Amino acid sequence: MSRTDYTVNVDEFLSLNKYEVDESNAHIELVDDPSDSEFDKLIMVCPAALYKRDADGVKTFDYAGCLECGTCRIICGDTILKKWEYPGPTMGVEYRYG
Amino acid sequence: MADFDAIVVGAGCAGSVAAYELAKAGKSVLLIDRGNFAGAKNMTGGRIYSHSLKEVFPDFEQEAPLERKVTHERISLMTGDSNFTIDFSSNDMLVAGQDSYTVLRAPFDQWLAEKAEEAGAETIFGIPVEELVKDDAGKIIGVRAGEDEITAEVVILCDGVNSLLTSQAVGAKKPSADMIAVGIKEVFELPASVITDRCQTNSDDEGTAWLYVGDATKGSFGGGFLYANKESISLGLVAGIEAVATGGSEPIYQMLEDFKHHPQVASIIKDGKLVEHSGHMVPEGGKNIMPELVGDGVMVAGEAAMMCINLGYQVRGMDYAVAAGMHAGRCAAAAIDKGDTSKAGLAPYVTALDNSFVMKDLNNYQKTPFFLENFSRMFNDYPALVKKAMNAMFIVDGTPGQPLKSTMMPLLKEVGYMNLLKDVRGAMKAL
Ligand SMILES: Cc1cc2nc3c(=O)[nH]c(=O)nc-3n(C[C@H](O)[C@H](O)[C@H](O)COP(=O)(O)OP(=O)(O)OC[C@H]3O[C@@H](n4cnc5c(N)ncnc54)[C@H](O)[C@@H]3O)c2cc1C
Ligand code: SF4
Repeated sequence: MSRTDYTVNVDEFLSLNKYEVDESNAHIELVDDPSDSEFDKLIMVCPAALYKRDADGVKTFDYAGCLECGTCRIICGDTILKKWEYPGPTMGVEYRYG
Repeated sequence: MADFDAIVVGAGCAGSVAAYELAKAGKSVLLIDRGNFAGAKNMTGGRIYSHSLKEVFPDFEQEAPLERKVTHERISLMTGDSNFTIDFSSNDMLVAGQDSYTVLRAPFDQWLAEKAEEAGAETIFGIPVEELVKDDAGKIIGVRAGEDEITAEVVILCDGVNSLLTSQAVGAKKPSADMIAVGIKEVFELPASVITDRCQTNSDDEGTAWLYVGDATKGSFGGGFLYANKESISLGLVAGIEAVATGGSEPIYQMLEDFKHHPQVASIIKDGKLVEHSGHMVPEGGKNIMPELVGDGVMVAGEAAMMCINLGYQVRGMDYAVAAGMHAGRCAAAAIDKGDTSKAGLAPYVTALDNSFVMKDLNNYQKTPFFLENFSRMFNDYPALVKKAMNAMFIVDGTPGQPLKSTMMPLLKEVGYMNLLKDVRGAMKAL
Protein backbone atom coordinates (compact mmCIF):
# COMPACT_ATOMS: atom_id res chain seq x y z
CA MET A 1 0.00 0.00 0.00
CA SER A 2 1.52 3.27 -0.99
CA ARG A 3 -1.39 5.66 -0.71
CA THR A 4 -0.80 8.21 2.02
CA ASP A 5 -3.15 10.86 0.71
CA TYR A 6 -6.30 10.11 2.65
CA THR A 7 -8.09 13.32 3.32
CA VAL A 8 -9.82 12.65 6.57
CA ASN A 9 -8.30 13.98 9.75
CA VAL A 10 -9.24 11.39 12.34
CA ASP A 11 -7.22 13.21 15.03
CA GLU A 12 -9.84 15.92 14.89
CA PHE A 13 -12.58 13.36 15.62
CA LEU A 14 -10.55 11.79 18.42
CA SER A 15 -10.23 15.20 20.05
CA LEU A 16 -13.98 14.96 20.75
CA ASN A 17 -13.41 11.82 22.82
CA LYS A 18 -12.55 11.86 26.48
CA TYR A 19 -9.08 10.51 27.36
CA GLU A 20 -6.82 10.29 30.35
CA VAL A 21 -3.44 9.71 28.70
CA ASP A 22 -0.78 7.90 30.68
CA GLU A 23 2.24 9.92 29.61
CA SER A 24 4.60 7.76 31.62
CA ASN A 25 3.68 4.43 30.08
CA ALA A 26 2.99 3.48 26.46
CA HIS A 27 0.56 0.56 26.61
CA ILE A 28 1.36 -0.43 23.02
CA GLU A 29 4.89 -0.58 21.62
CA LEU A 30 6.26 -1.48 18.21
CA VAL A 31 9.49 -3.35 17.64
CA ASP A 32 12.43 -1.33 16.39
CA ASP A 33 12.34 -0.97 12.64
CA PRO A 34 8.98 -2.64 11.88
CA SER A 35 8.58 -4.05 8.37
CA ASP A 36 6.71 -1.96 5.83
CA SER A 37 4.25 -4.65 4.87
CA GLU A 38 3.15 -5.36 8.44
CA PHE A 39 2.99 -1.68 9.33
CA ASP A 40 0.78 -1.00 6.32
CA LYS A 41 -1.72 -3.55 7.61
CA LEU A 42 -2.00 -1.48 10.77
CA ILE A 43 -2.63 1.65 8.72
CA MET A 44 -5.52 -0.16 7.07
CA VAL A 45 -7.27 -1.47 10.18
CA CYS A 46 -6.67 0.88 13.13
CA PRO A 47 -10.00 2.68 13.60
CA ALA A 48 -8.23 5.60 15.23
CA ALA A 49 -5.74 6.05 12.36
CA LEU A 50 -2.83 6.09 14.79
CA TYR A 51 -0.41 4.29 12.50
CA LYS A 52 0.80 6.74 9.90
CA ARG A 53 3.31 7.05 7.10
CA ASP A 54 4.17 10.41 5.65
CA ALA A 55 4.95 11.20 2.00
CA ASP A 56 8.55 10.01 2.52
CA GLY A 57 7.37 6.74 3.98
CA VAL A 58 8.43 7.62 7.54
CA LYS A 59 6.38 5.67 10.05
CA THR A 60 4.83 7.11 13.19
CA PHE A 61 2.58 5.73 15.90
CA ASP A 62 1.03 7.57 18.83
CA TYR A 63 -0.76 5.53 21.47
CA ALA A 64 -2.41 8.61 22.98
CA GLY A 65 -5.56 8.38 20.84
CA CYS A 66 -5.94 4.63 21.25
CA LEU A 67 -9.49 3.24 21.42
CA GLU A 68 -8.19 0.05 23.10
CA CYS A 69 -9.97 -2.13 20.57
CA GLY A 70 -7.19 -4.70 20.17
CA THR A 71 -7.32 -4.83 16.37
CA CYS A 72 -3.59 -4.18 16.00
CA ARG A 73 -2.92 -6.94 18.52
CA ILE A 74 -4.94 -9.41 16.45
CA ILE A 75 -3.28 -8.62 13.13
CA CYS A 76 0.29 -7.84 14.24
CA GLY A 77 0.55 -9.12 17.81
CA ASP A 78 2.95 -11.82 16.69
CA THR A 79 4.94 -9.71 14.25
CA ILE A 80 5.76 -6.04 14.80
CA LEU A 81 4.03 -5.32 18.11
CA LYS A 82 6.40 -5.77 21.02
CA LYS A 83 3.81 -4.95 23.67
CA TRP A 84 0.04 -4.73 23.89
CA GLU A 85 -1.50 -4.13 27.30
CA TYR A 86 -4.51 -2.27 28.58
CA PRO A 87 -3.66 1.20 29.91
CA GLY A 88 -3.06 1.38 33.66
CA PRO A 89 -5.71 2.13 36.31
CA THR A 90 -8.18 4.90 35.35
CA MET A 91 -6.21 5.64 32.16
CA GLY A 92 -7.13 5.62 28.50
CA VAL A 93 -10.31 6.33 26.58
CA GLU A 94 -13.62 6.94 28.33
CA TYR A 95 -16.72 6.64 26.16
CA ARG A 96 -19.68 8.82 27.05
CA TYR A 97 -21.98 7.23 24.47
CA GLY A 98 -20.57 3.89 23.33
CA MET B 1 -11.14 -18.66 53.37
CA ALA B 2 -11.40 -16.77 50.09
CA ASP B 3 -12.12 -13.02 50.12
CA PHE B 4 -15.30 -13.49 48.06
CA ASP B 5 -17.51 -16.31 46.90
CA ALA B 6 -17.08 -15.05 43.34
CA ILE B 7 -15.17 -12.45 41.34
CA VAL B 8 -16.55 -11.29 38.00
CA VAL B 9 -14.08 -9.60 35.64
CA GLY B 10 -15.75 -7.13 33.27
CA ALA B 11 -18.95 -5.15 33.84
CA GLY B 12 -20.39 -5.43 30.33
CA CYS B 13 -23.62 -7.22 29.45
CA ALA B 14 -22.36 -10.62 30.57
CA GLY B 15 -20.49 -9.56 33.71
CA SER B 16 -23.08 -7.36 35.38
CA VAL B 17 -25.78 -9.98 34.84
CA ALA B 18 -23.55 -12.74 36.25
CA ALA B 19 -22.79 -10.58 39.31
CA TYR B 20 -26.49 -9.75 39.70
CA GLU B 21 -27.47 -13.43 39.70
CA LEU B 22 -24.77 -14.33 42.24
CA ALA B 23 -25.73 -11.48 44.57
CA LYS B 24 -29.39 -12.36 44.23
CA ALA B 25 -28.52 -15.92 45.28
CA GLY B 26 -26.93 -14.48 48.42
CA LYS B 27 -23.29 -14.91 47.41
CA SER B 28 -20.59 -12.36 48.12
CA VAL B 29 -19.42 -11.15 44.74
CA LEU B 30 -16.92 -8.58 43.48
CA LEU B 31 -17.41 -7.07 40.02
CA ILE B 32 -14.25 -5.48 38.59
CA ASP B 33 -14.03 -3.35 35.46
CA ARG B 34 -11.11 -1.45 33.99
CA GLY B 35 -13.36 1.44 32.93
CA ASN B 36 -13.92 4.32 35.35
CA PHE B 37 -17.58 3.34 35.26
CA ALA B 38 -19.39 0.41 33.65
CA GLY B 39 -19.59 0.99 29.91
CA ALA B 40 -16.73 3.50 29.79
CA LYS B 41 -14.72 1.16 27.55
CA ASN B 42 -17.59 -0.37 25.61
CA MET B 43 -19.14 0.22 22.24
CA THR B 44 -21.80 -1.59 20.25
CA GLY B 45 -23.85 -1.04 17.08
CA GLY B 46 -26.45 -1.34 18.25
CA ARG B 47 -29.58 -2.79 19.33
CA ILE B 48 -30.34 -5.36 21.91
CA TYR B 49 -32.92 -8.05 21.35
CA SER B 50 -34.91 -8.01 24.55
CA HIS B 51 -35.82 -11.67 25.10
CA SER B 52 -32.89 -12.64 27.33
CA LEU B 53 -32.85 -9.32 29.20
CA LYS B 54 -36.51 -9.78 30.02
CA GLU B 55 -35.82 -13.14 31.57
CA VAL B 56 -33.44 -11.50 34.06
CA PHE B 57 -35.21 -8.15 34.46
CA PRO B 58 -38.93 -8.56 33.69
CA ASP B 59 -39.50 -4.79 34.06
CA PHE B 60 -36.51 -3.63 32.04
CA GLU B 61 -38.74 -1.59 29.70
CA GLN B 62 -39.57 0.77 32.56
CA GLU B 63 -36.11 0.82 34.14
CA ALA B 64 -33.36 0.53 31.55
CA PRO B 65 -31.99 3.55 29.66
CA LEU B 66 -33.24 2.33 26.30
CA GLU B 67 -32.99 4.64 23.33
CA ARG B 68 -35.75 3.66 20.89
CA LYS B 69 -37.83 0.59 20.23
CA VAL B 70 -36.97 -0.72 16.77
CA THR B 71 -40.06 -0.53 14.57
CA HIS B 72 -38.35 -0.44 11.18
CA GLU B 73 -35.78 -2.78 9.73
CA ARG B 74 -33.94 -1.47 6.70
CA ILE B 75 -31.37 -3.13 4.49
CA SER B 76 -29.58 -1.27 1.73
CA LEU B 77 -27.54 -2.50 -1.18
CA MET B 78 -25.16 0.31 -1.91
CA THR B 79 -22.77 1.25 -4.69
CA GLY B 80 -20.72 4.46 -4.71
CA ASP B 81 -23.48 6.37 -6.46
CA SER B 82 -26.65 4.38 -5.86
CA ASN B 83 -28.61 2.88 -3.03
CA PHE B 84 -31.41 0.32 -2.97
CA THR B 85 -33.30 0.02 0.33
CA ILE B 86 -35.77 -2.49 1.67
CA ASP B 87 -37.89 -1.24 4.55
CA PHE B 88 -39.74 -3.68 6.73
CA SER B 89 -42.04 -3.12 9.65
CA SER B 90 -44.53 -5.42 11.30
CA ASN B 91 -46.59 -5.68 14.46
CA ASP B 92 -44.72 -8.86 15.31
CA MET B 93 -41.60 -6.77 15.97
CA LEU B 94 -43.45 -5.03 18.79
CA VAL B 95 -44.52 -8.09 20.77
CA ALA B 96 -42.82 -8.45 24.16
CA GLY B 97 -40.00 -10.97 23.85
CA GLN B 98 -39.68 -10.32 20.11
CA ASP B 99 -38.95 -6.64 20.42
CA SER B 100 -35.56 -4.94 20.28
CA TYR B 101 -34.19 -1.57 21.37
CA THR B 102 -31.35 0.68 20.33
CA VAL B 103 -28.92 1.37 23.17
CA LEU B 104 -25.79 3.37 23.98
CA ARG B 105 -23.44 1.39 26.16
CA ALA B 106 -22.22 4.08 28.57
CA PRO B 107 -25.71 4.64 30.04
CA PHE B 108 -26.94 1.09 29.47
CA ASP B 109 -24.01 -0.68 31.15
CA GLN B 110 -24.15 1.68 34.13
CA TRP B 111 -27.76 0.68 34.66
CA LEU B 112 -26.89 -3.02 34.45
CA ALA B 113 -24.04 -2.61 36.95
CA GLU B 114 -26.36 -0.69 39.28
CA LYS B 115 -28.76 -3.64 39.20
CA ALA B 116 -25.89 -5.86 40.38
CA GLU B 117 -24.97 -3.35 43.10
CA GLU B 118 -28.57 -3.05 44.30
CA ALA B 119 -28.69 -6.83 44.59
CA GLY B 120 -25.61 -6.68 46.82
CA ALA B 121 -22.58 -7.00 44.52
CA GLU B 122 -19.49 -4.98 45.39
CA THR B 123 -17.82 -3.13 42.51
CA ILE B 124 -14.38 -1.78 41.67
CA PHE B 125 -14.02 0.49 38.64
CA GLY B 126 -10.97 1.87 36.89
CA ILE B 127 -8.80 -1.15 37.64
CA PRO B 128 -7.67 -3.65 34.98
CA VAL B 129 -7.16 -7.21 36.20
CA GLU B 130 -3.67 -8.09 35.05
CA GLU B 131 -3.37 -11.70 35.96
CA LEU B 132 -5.23 -14.70 37.35
CA VAL B 133 -3.95 -16.26 40.57
CA LYS B 134 -3.62 -20.05 40.64
CA ASP B 135 -2.93 -22.52 43.42
CA ASP B 136 -0.24 -25.19 43.17
CA ALA B 137 -2.60 -27.57 41.40
CA GLY B 138 -3.36 -24.96 38.77
CA LYS B 139 -6.85 -24.10 39.99
CA ILE B 140 -7.79 -20.45 39.59
CA ILE B 141 -8.29 -18.92 43.02
CA GLY B 142 -8.35 -15.20 42.36
CA VAL B 143 -7.14 -12.18 40.43
CA ARG B 144 -4.21 -9.81 40.60
CA ALA B 145 -4.34 -6.09 39.84
CA GLY B 146 -1.15 -4.17 40.53
CA GLU B 147 0.10 -5.31 43.93
CA ASP B 148 -3.28 -6.53 45.07
CA GLU B 149 -4.43 -10.11 45.07
CA ILE B 150 -8.08 -10.90 45.75
CA THR B 151 -9.29 -14.46 46.07
CA ALA B 152 -12.60 -16.22 45.40
CA GLU B 153 -14.10 -19.70 45.07
CA VAL B 154 -14.79 -18.98 41.43
CA VAL B 155 -13.71 -16.34 38.89
CA ILE B 156 -16.03 -15.54 35.98
CA LEU B 157 -14.32 -13.96 33.00
CA CYS B 158 -16.61 -11.55 31.14
CA ASP B 159 -13.80 -9.36 29.82
CA GLY B 160 -14.94 -9.21 26.23
CA VAL B 161 -13.62 -10.02 22.76
CA ASN B 162 -10.14 -8.69 23.47
CA SER B 163 -9.68 -10.77 26.62
CA LEU B 164 -6.09 -10.92 27.80
CA LEU B 165 -7.07 -13.38 30.52
CA THR B 166 -8.75 -16.36 28.80
CA SER B 167 -5.36 -17.67 27.65
CA GLN B 168 -4.29 -17.97 31.31
CA ALA B 169 -7.66 -19.37 32.35
CA VAL B 170 -8.54 -21.96 29.73
CA GLY B 171 -5.63 -21.85 27.30
CA ALA B 172 -7.59 -19.85 24.72
CA LYS B 173 -5.56 -19.05 21.62
CA LYS B 174 -5.48 -15.56 20.17
CA PRO B 175 -8.02 -15.74 17.30
CA SER B 176 -6.69 -15.28 13.79
CA ALA B 177 -7.42 -12.08 11.91
CA ASP B 178 -9.83 -13.74 9.48
CA MET B 179 -12.11 -14.67 12.39
CA ILE B 180 -12.42 -11.18 13.85
CA ALA B 181 -13.81 -7.95 12.44
CA VAL B 182 -13.04 -4.38 13.38
CA GLY B 183 -15.92 -2.05 14.14
CA ILE B 184 -15.70 1.71 13.84
CA LYS B 185 -18.49 4.05 14.82
CA GLU B 186 -19.43 7.69 15.18
CA VAL B 187 -22.29 9.18 17.16
CA PHE B 188 -24.09 12.26 15.80
CA GLU B 189 -26.42 14.33 17.93
CA LEU B 190 -29.66 15.57 16.40
CA PRO B 191 -33.00 16.69 17.83
CA ALA B 192 -35.30 13.73 18.53
CA SER B 193 -38.02 14.94 16.17
CA VAL B 194 -35.56 15.30 13.29
CA ILE B 195 -34.43 11.70 13.76
CA THR B 196 -38.04 10.55 13.90
CA ASP B 197 -38.83 12.35 10.66
CA ARG B 198 -35.76 11.15 8.81
CA CYS B 199 -36.24 7.55 9.91
CA GLN B 200 -39.95 7.80 9.19
CA THR B 201 -41.13 6.38 12.48
CA ASN B 202 -44.31 7.43 14.29
CA SER B 203 -42.87 8.81 17.50
CA ASP B 204 -39.64 9.74 19.27
CA ASP B 205 -39.75 6.37 21.06
CA GLU B 206 -39.59 4.40 17.83
CA GLY B 207 -36.51 3.88 15.76
CA THR B 208 -34.85 2.21 12.83
CA ALA B 209 -32.15 -0.43 12.57
CA TRP B 210 -30.42 -0.09 9.24
CA LEU B 211 -27.72 -2.25 7.64
CA TYR B 212 -25.80 -1.48 4.45
CA VAL B 213 -24.05 -3.92 2.15
CA GLY B 214 -21.62 -3.13 -0.66
CA ASP B 215 -19.89 0.21 -1.00
CA ALA B 216 -20.02 0.84 2.74
CA THR B 217 -16.94 -1.37 3.04
CA LYS B 218 -15.72 -0.74 -0.52
CA GLY B 219 -16.55 -4.28 -1.46
CA SER B 220 -14.68 -5.83 1.48
CA PHE B 221 -16.33 -8.45 3.65
CA GLY B 222 -18.49 -6.51 6.10
CA GLY B 223 -21.17 -3.87 6.18
CA GLY B 224 -22.39 -0.53 7.44
CA PHE B 225 -24.93 0.17 10.16
CA LEU B 226 -27.12 3.04 11.28
CA TYR B 227 -29.19 2.98 14.47
CA ALA B 228 -31.61 5.68 15.56
CA ASN B 229 -31.16 6.59 19.23
CA LYS B 230 -33.33 9.05 21.11
CA GLU B 231 -31.28 12.14 20.34
CA SER B 232 -28.42 10.73 18.34
CA ILE B 233 -27.60 8.46 15.46
CA SER B 234 -25.04 5.67 15.68
CA LEU B 235 -23.30 5.22 12.36
CA GLY B 236 -20.52 2.79 11.65
CA LEU B 237 -18.95 -0.12 9.84
CA VAL B 238 -17.88 -3.63 10.63
CA ALA B 239 -15.27 -5.19 8.34
CA GLY B 240 -13.13 -8.33 8.50
CA ILE B 241 -9.66 -7.46 9.84
CA GLU B 242 -7.78 -9.79 7.50
CA ALA B 243 -9.85 -8.72 4.50
CA VAL B 244 -9.17 -5.02 5.06
CA ALA B 245 -5.53 -5.45 6.11
CA THR B 246 -4.53 -7.46 3.08
CA GLY B 247 -7.09 -6.71 0.40
CA GLY B 248 -8.91 -3.55 1.43
CA SER B 249 -8.92 -0.71 -1.06
CA GLU B 250 -8.64 1.89 1.70
CA PRO B 251 -8.23 2.11 5.48
CA ILE B 252 -11.24 1.49 7.68
CA TYR B 253 -11.40 5.11 8.86
CA GLN B 254 -11.51 6.35 5.26
CA MET B 255 -14.28 3.84 4.51
CA LEU B 256 -16.32 5.39 7.31
CA GLU B 257 -15.59 8.86 6.00
CA ASP B 258 -16.79 7.90 2.51
CA PHE B 259 -19.82 6.11 3.96
CA LYS B 260 -20.73 9.26 5.90
CA HIS B 261 -20.60 11.25 2.69
CA HIS B 262 -22.60 8.83 0.59
CA PRO B 263 -25.63 10.92 -0.45
CA GLN B 264 -28.10 8.50 1.13
CA VAL B 265 -26.32 8.41 4.50
CA ALA B 266 -25.43 12.10 4.42
CA SER B 267 -29.10 13.00 4.19
CA ILE B 268 -29.88 11.14 7.40
CA ILE B 269 -27.05 12.62 9.52
CA LYS B 270 -27.17 16.09 7.95
CA ASP B 271 -26.34 18.84 10.49
CA GLY B 272 -25.72 16.16 13.12
CA LYS B 273 -23.03 17.10 15.63
CA LEU B 274 -20.28 14.51 15.86
CA VAL B 275 -19.76 13.75 19.55
CA GLU B 276 -17.77 10.51 19.66
CA HIS B 277 -15.52 8.35 17.47
CA SER B 278 -15.07 4.79 18.71
CA GLY B 279 -13.61 1.42 17.79
CA HIS B 280 -14.20 -2.14 18.98
CA MET B 281 -13.73 -5.65 17.64
CA VAL B 282 -16.45 -8.12 16.70
CA PRO B 283 -15.80 -11.86 16.86
CA GLU B 284 -17.10 -13.45 13.68
CA GLY B 285 -15.71 -16.95 13.89
CA GLY B 286 -18.49 -18.06 16.23
CA LYS B 287 -18.25 -21.63 17.43
CA ASN B 288 -15.05 -22.15 15.46
CA ILE B 289 -13.07 -19.89 17.77
CA MET B 290 -14.79 -20.57 21.08
CA PRO B 291 -12.47 -21.46 23.95
CA GLU B 292 -13.37 -23.93 26.68
CA LEU B 293 -16.11 -22.40 28.81
CA VAL B 294 -14.98 -23.75 32.18
CA GLY B 295 -11.76 -24.68 33.93
CA ASP B 296 -10.88 -25.35 37.55
CA GLY B 297 -12.24 -22.35 39.45
CA VAL B 298 -13.10 -20.38 36.32
CA MET B 299 -15.92 -19.78 33.84
CA VAL B 300 -15.99 -17.73 30.62
CA ALA B 301 -19.08 -15.88 29.35
CA GLY B 302 -20.07 -13.49 26.58
CA GLU B 303 -17.62 -12.26 24.00
CA ALA B 304 -14.65 -13.39 26.07
CA ALA B 305 -15.93 -16.76 24.82
CA MET B 306 -16.58 -15.32 21.34
CA MET B 307 -20.36 -15.59 21.66
CA CYS B 308 -21.42 -13.38 18.79
CA ILE B 309 -23.00 -13.81 15.39
CA ASN B 310 -22.83 -11.57 12.35
CA LEU B 311 -25.13 -12.76 9.59
CA GLY B 312 -24.77 -9.63 7.52
CA TYR B 313 -28.42 -8.76 8.08
CA GLN B 314 -28.23 -9.32 11.83
CA VAL B 315 -25.53 -8.69 14.45
CA ARG B 316 -26.05 -10.28 17.83
CA GLY B 317 -23.83 -10.46 20.87
CA MET B 318 -25.58 -8.59 23.65
CA ASP B 319 -28.50 -10.99 24.03
CA TYR B 320 -26.02 -13.91 24.09
CA ALA B 321 -23.88 -12.09 26.68
CA VAL B 322 -26.91 -11.46 28.92
CA ALA B 323 -28.03 -15.10 28.67
CA ALA B 324 -24.52 -16.49 29.22
CA GLY B 325 -24.00 -14.15 32.18
CA MET B 326 -27.27 -15.32 33.67
CA HIS B 327 -26.40 -19.01 33.33
CA ALA B 328 -22.84 -18.44 34.57
CA GLY B 329 -24.07 -16.58 37.66
CA ARG B 330 -26.73 -19.16 38.50
CA CYS B 331 -24.47 -22.17 37.92
CA ALA B 332 -21.62 -20.56 39.88
CA ALA B 333 -23.96 -20.00 42.84
CA ALA B 334 -25.08 -23.63 42.72
CA ALA B 335 -21.48 -24.88 42.52
CA ILE B 336 -20.48 -22.72 45.51
CA ASP B 337 -23.41 -24.20 47.47
CA LYS B 338 -22.19 -27.69 46.64
CA GLY B 339 -18.65 -26.75 47.61
CA ASP B 340 -17.26 -27.84 44.26
CA THR B 341 -15.95 -25.17 41.90
CA SER B 342 -13.63 -27.52 40.04
CA LYS B 343 -14.02 -27.84 36.29
CA ALA B 344 -16.39 -30.77 36.83
CA GLY B 345 -18.35 -28.85 39.44
CA LEU B 346 -18.84 -25.95 37.01
CA ALA B 347 -19.77 -28.17 34.07
CA PRO B 348 -23.55 -27.61 34.51
CA TYR B 349 -22.91 -24.13 33.04
CA VAL B 350 -21.81 -25.74 29.78
CA THR B 351 -24.88 -27.98 29.76
CA ALA B 352 -27.17 -25.03 30.49
CA LEU B 353 -25.70 -23.11 27.54
CA ASP B 354 -25.90 -26.16 25.28
CA ASN B 355 -29.60 -26.39 26.04
CA SER B 356 -30.19 -22.68 25.51
CA PHE B 357 -30.53 -20.64 22.32
CA VAL B 358 -26.94 -19.46 22.81
CA MET B 359 -25.16 -22.67 21.82
CA LYS B 360 -27.97 -23.76 19.53
CA ASP B 361 -27.51 -20.59 17.48
CA LEU B 362 -23.73 -20.80 17.55
CA ASN B 363 -23.96 -24.40 16.33
CA ASN B 364 -26.50 -23.57 13.63
CA TYR B 365 -24.47 -20.69 12.27
CA GLN B 366 -21.12 -22.45 12.32
CA LYS B 367 -20.71 -22.27 8.54
CA THR B 368 -21.70 -18.61 8.23
CA PRO B 369 -18.28 -17.02 8.66
CA PHE B 370 -16.73 -19.14 5.92
CA PHE B 371 -19.64 -18.51 3.60
CA LEU B 372 -19.68 -14.74 4.08
CA GLU B 373 -15.94 -14.36 3.90
CA ASN B 374 -15.87 -15.94 0.46
CA PHE B 375 -19.00 -14.20 -0.72
CA SER B 376 -17.38 -11.30 -2.52
CA ARG B 377 -20.24 -11.13 -5.02
CA MET B 378 -22.52 -10.00 -2.19
CA PHE B 379 -20.29 -7.05 -1.45
CA ASN B 380 -19.48 -6.15 -5.07
CA ASP B 381 -21.44 -7.64 -7.96
CA TYR B 382 -24.93 -7.77 -6.48
CA PRO B 383 -25.21 -4.15 -5.38
CA ALA B 384 -23.98 -3.17 -8.86
CA LEU B 385 -26.46 -5.55 -10.46
CA VAL B 386 -29.35 -4.13 -8.46
CA LYS B 387 -28.33 -0.63 -9.46
CA LYS B 388 -28.39 -1.54 -13.16
CA ALA B 389 -31.69 -3.37 -12.83
CA MET B 390 -33.29 -0.44 -11.01
CA ASN B 391 -31.89 2.02 -13.53
CA ALA B 392 -33.37 -0.12 -16.28
CA MET B 393 -36.76 0.07 -14.59
CA PHE B 394 -36.86 3.67 -13.50
CA ILE B 395 -34.71 5.77 -15.83
CA VAL B 396 -36.64 7.30 -18.74
CA ASP B 397 -34.55 9.23 -21.23
CA GLY B 398 -36.55 8.96 -24.42
CA THR B 399 -34.76 5.93 -25.84
CA PRO B 400 -37.33 3.28 -26.79
CA GLY B 401 -38.35 1.13 -23.82
CA GLN B 402 -37.62 -2.62 -23.68
CA PRO B 403 -39.68 -5.32 -22.01
CA LEU B 404 -38.25 -6.18 -18.57
CA LYS B 405 -37.16 -9.62 -19.70
CA SER B 406 -34.81 -8.30 -22.34
CA THR B 407 -33.25 -5.75 -19.99
CA MET B 408 -32.93 -8.01 -16.97
CA MET B 409 -31.67 -11.23 -18.54
CA PRO B 410 -28.38 -9.78 -19.82
CA LEU B 411 -27.77 -8.35 -16.35
CA LEU B 412 -28.19 -11.73 -14.71
CA LYS B 413 -25.90 -13.19 -17.31
CA GLU B 414 -23.16 -10.78 -16.19
CA VAL B 415 -23.04 -12.39 -12.77
CA GLY B 416 -23.70 -15.80 -14.27
CA TYR B 417 -26.80 -17.88 -13.68
CA MET B 418 -24.76 -20.63 -12.09
CA ASN B 419 -23.13 -18.22 -9.64
CA LEU B 420 -26.50 -16.83 -8.74
CA LEU B 421 -27.96 -20.26 -8.09
CA LYS B 422 -24.89 -21.30 -6.15
CA ASP B 423 -25.03 -18.18 -3.98
CA VAL B 424 -28.72 -18.53 -3.25
CA ARG B 425 -28.21 -22.16 -2.27
CA GLY B 426 -25.14 -21.33 -0.20
CA ALA B 427 -26.95 -18.50 1.56
CA MET B 428 -29.90 -20.74 2.39
CA LYS B 429 -27.56 -23.23 4.00
CA ALA B 430 -25.23 -20.87 5.86
CA LEU B 431 -27.61 -18.14 6.99
C1 LIG C 1 -19.51 -2.27 15.92
C2 LIG C 1 -20.27 -3.29 16.70
C3 LIG C 1 -21.63 -3.46 16.48
C4 LIG C 1 -22.36 -4.39 17.22
N1 LIG C 1 -23.71 -4.45 17.06
C5 LIG C 1 -24.44 -5.25 17.87
C6 LIG C 1 -25.85 -5.20 17.84
O1 LIG C 1 -26.46 -4.39 17.14
N2 LIG C 1 -26.54 -6.07 18.63
C7 LIG C 1 -25.91 -6.94 19.47
O2 LIG C 1 -26.58 -7.70 20.18
N3 LIG C 1 -24.56 -7.00 19.53
C8 LIG C 1 -23.82 -6.16 18.76
N4 LIG C 1 -22.45 -6.17 18.86
C9 LIG C 1 -21.82 -7.13 19.77
C10 LIG C 1 -21.99 -6.71 21.24
O3 LIG C 1 -21.60 -5.39 21.42
C11 LIG C 1 -21.14 -7.63 22.13
O4 LIG C 1 -21.42 -8.96 21.80
C12 LIG C 1 -21.38 -7.45 23.61
O5 LIG C 1 -21.08 -6.15 24.00
C13 LIG C 1 -20.55 -8.44 24.41
O6 LIG C 1 -20.78 -8.26 25.78
P1 LIG C 1 -19.75 -8.78 26.84
O7 LIG C 1 -20.33 -8.45 28.17
O8 LIG C 1 -19.39 -10.16 26.56
O9 LIG C 1 -18.42 -7.94 26.60
P2 LIG C 1 -18.18 -6.34 26.70
O10 LIG C 1 -19.44 -5.61 26.61
O11 LIG C 1 -17.11 -6.05 25.73
O12 LIG C 1 -17.63 -6.17 28.19
C14 LIG C 1 -16.34 -6.53 28.56
C15 LIG C 1 -15.98 -5.73 29.79
O13 LIG C 1 -14.77 -6.22 30.35
C16 LIG C 1 -13.96 -5.14 30.76
N5 LIG C 1 -12.59 -5.64 30.80
C17 LIG C 1 -11.86 -6.16 29.77
N6 LIG C 1 -10.66 -6.59 30.21
C18 LIG C 1 -10.62 -6.32 31.54
C19 LIG C 1 -9.64 -6.52 32.54
N7 LIG C 1 -8.46 -7.10 32.28
N8 LIG C 1 -9.92 -6.12 33.80
C20 LIG C 1 -11.12 -5.53 34.12
N9 LIG C 1 -12.08 -5.32 33.19
C21 LIG C 1 -11.83 -5.71 31.92
C22 LIG C 1 -14.25 -4.06 29.76
O14 LIG C 1 -13.96 -2.78 30.27
C23 LIG C 1 -15.74 -4.26 29.50
O15 LIG C 1 -16.54 -3.49 30.34
C24 LIG C 1 -21.70 -5.23 18.16
C25 LIG C 1 -20.34 -5.06 18.38
C26 LIG C 1 -19.63 -4.08 17.69
C27 LIG C 1 -18.18 -3.88 17.99
S1 SF4 D 1 -5.85 -0.95 19.96
FE1 SF4 D 1 -7.19 -0.30 18.27
S2 SF4 D 1 -7.20 1.93 18.39
FE2 SF4 D 1 -5.50 1.25 19.66
S3 SF4 D 1 -3.74 1.34 18.28
FE3 SF4 D 1 -4.53 -0.77 18.19
S4 SF4 D 1 -5.92 -0.75 16.44
FE4 SF4 D 1 -5.56 1.39 16.98
